[in-house]
Amino acid sequence: MSFQPTSELEAEVSELISHYPVKRAASLMVLHAIQEQFGWISSDAVQWTAKKLELQPINVFEILTFYPMLRQEPQGKYAIKVCRTLSCALGGAYELHQHFCAKLGLDAHKHGPQTTKDGKFTVEFVECLASCGTAPVMMVGEKFYEGVSHQKADEIVGGCQ
Amino acid sequence: MAQEYKLILKHADAPGYTPDIECYLRQGGYDALKKALAIQPKDLADGKKLSGPEQIREDVKVSGLRGRGGAGFSCGLKWSFVDRKSGKPIYLICNADESEPGTFKDRQIIHKDPHQLIEGMIISCFANDVKLAYIYIRGEMPEGAKILNQALKEARAKNFLGKNILGTGYDLEMHVHRGAGAYICGEETGLIESLEGKRPYPRIKPPYFPAILGLWMCPTIVNNVETLCNVKHIVTMGGAEFAKLGTPNNTGTRIVSLSGHVKRPGYYEIEVGKATLRELLYDKNFGGGLRDGRQLKAIIPGGSSSKVLKAGEKFKLKKKDAEGKEILVETDMLDLPYDFDSLAQAGTMSGSSAIIVMDDSVDIVKALANLSEFYAHESCGQCTPCREGSLWMNKTLQRLTHGEGRASDADYLGKIADNIPGGRTICAFGEACSWPVQSFLAKFKDEFVAKGAADEDRRAKEVSAPEQKQLEAAHH
Repeated sequence: MSFQPTSELEAEVSELISHYPVKRAASLMVLHAIQEQFGWISSDAVQWTAKKLELQPINVFEILTFYPMLRQEPQGKYAIKVCRTLSCALGGAYELHQHFCAKLGLDAHKHGPQTTKDGKFTVEFVECLASCGTAPVMMVGEKFYEGVSHQKADEIVGGCQ
Repeated sequence: MAQEYKLILKHADAPGYTPDIECYLRQGGYDALKKALAIQPKDLADGKKLSGPEQIREDVKVSGLRGRGGAGFSCGLKWSFVDRKSGKPIYLICNADESEPGTFKDRQIIHKDPHQLIEGMIISCFANDVKLAYIYIRGEMPEGAKILNQALKEARAKNFLGKNILGTGYDLEMHVHRGAGAYICGEETGLIESLEGKRPYPRIKPPYFPAILGLWMCPTIVNNVETLCNVKHIVTMGGAEFAKLGTPNNTGTRIVSLSGHVKRPGYYEIEVGKATLRELLYDKNFGGGLRDGRQLKAIIPGGSSSKVLKAGEKFKLKKKDAEGKEILVETDMLDLPYDFDSLAQAGTMSGSSAIIVMDDSVDIVKALANLSEFYAHESCGQCTPCREGSLWMNKTLQRLTHGEGRASDADYLGKIADNIPGGRTICAFGEACSWPVQSFLAKFKDEFVAKGAADEDRRAKEVSAPEQKQLEAAHH
């Protein structure tokens, strides 16, 4: 299976490349654009990106493997990120993460992102999301939630259809 | 009583204030840019002429503005290091990779008042002959990136950006670049590598000082969001007037991010040094005090990397007496004025102006384990002392918080922490991951030793799980 970019993605990538005097600089933004459309970045997508930016695939791959937000495999339809770092931990982030895992049948002690069997949710315990005054905070996809009580967490999950 | 002083956040939380350009223009937005662009060359006594951009750069020096990202370095000085004779283009990057745990001030500016940042950037670019600039925003702020892109579009439509800005002949383009979840991108040379499309491995200095060999080996300025916003106000008020805000050598305002165990966590803008830690924690217009029935245990005063302050700690602060003679005054940690220099005198820093408050319910070993997990996750892996050291510290702290500790772990941790910083690593992450460990141990060592000793004691009396199983089977 080869990578099939949509015409929108082609246009977006051309626009992104135009932002830099050196094509390579667009690589992170191009990977973001691919992930936004497809949910993850396949090795075919890496090859395609490398060709677009006149790079070796390894130049793209080394970025993909470094940045925590970039995915090498599909994730759930709803990506839940719970902030783990100190201020949120003081505000109950561990309990919140545990709550999500228990509710969705995942193991709170496992490292890294975990996806439910039905592929609907991915839960990840992430580092500081920079909203420490409203702890605990979390994201679902691009949406941001603050001061998340367990009740609010249930409502958020309930709202994911 | 200490008060908030809203310069940067003057409009952000005002009722009805929106992030669009029309709203910004109604509040006098882009007037500072117009003023900056119109500055006429000034004749100097020696017959030389000072151009408009040169005058702005001088004024930023006069203002005493210090970087709001963490290091607190003079902005005017940073700009003066830029190699203007290389013949290469000069770039400016706004560091919006706000990711120092405890910090959430740039988020407010970006989400609520993006044009203030963009105006500050345009002026800074004009002052430094920059034709192409980037805003490097952390990946976890997708909404912020969208707001900034929209704001850039609006600014372009009004010709505050693009070709021949407001008919002055000055061209400037600006783009948003998103990170993807790596703390190390906040380090300016790591950020530059990341922008270039590489792994964000920080560069060694010398020779790679951004002011000389930065983005694409061209002179580059990297400034924090709040710092760049301040440039707009320096142009509006004049550097000398700006310098009257705050305290000597600690001028202007700072947005303090207050989190943890206070009744009113949040962001508070103050004149630098015009409020003490006590006021920030306890005054009703700031933190409002600790939760009922709780006592203060510790404060991390300037983002997670800054050295912890223990409740009741005393420091000798340099002060001037009535005759102007320098004297040392014993000061409780809570009475430290919240500025750059007082906190440095107390052996820590105001860093990114993020205060994390911990009351007596906190397990201090667990708190440090939390931070060490962060640093172990975020070390870029380039330098051995940092890559291995941050992991060892985390592993040791995880065993201490999971019942597997040893009484000697405290000394072991200290040994690792002491062998990471001090020129053994390319960037300051080595310091950043060691300082919490060193300071927690210096101030709370007994708790680490007690925890490890208790674990050893418990394990000595324990029957192993497989043996327990066999015993139970035998008893049946």
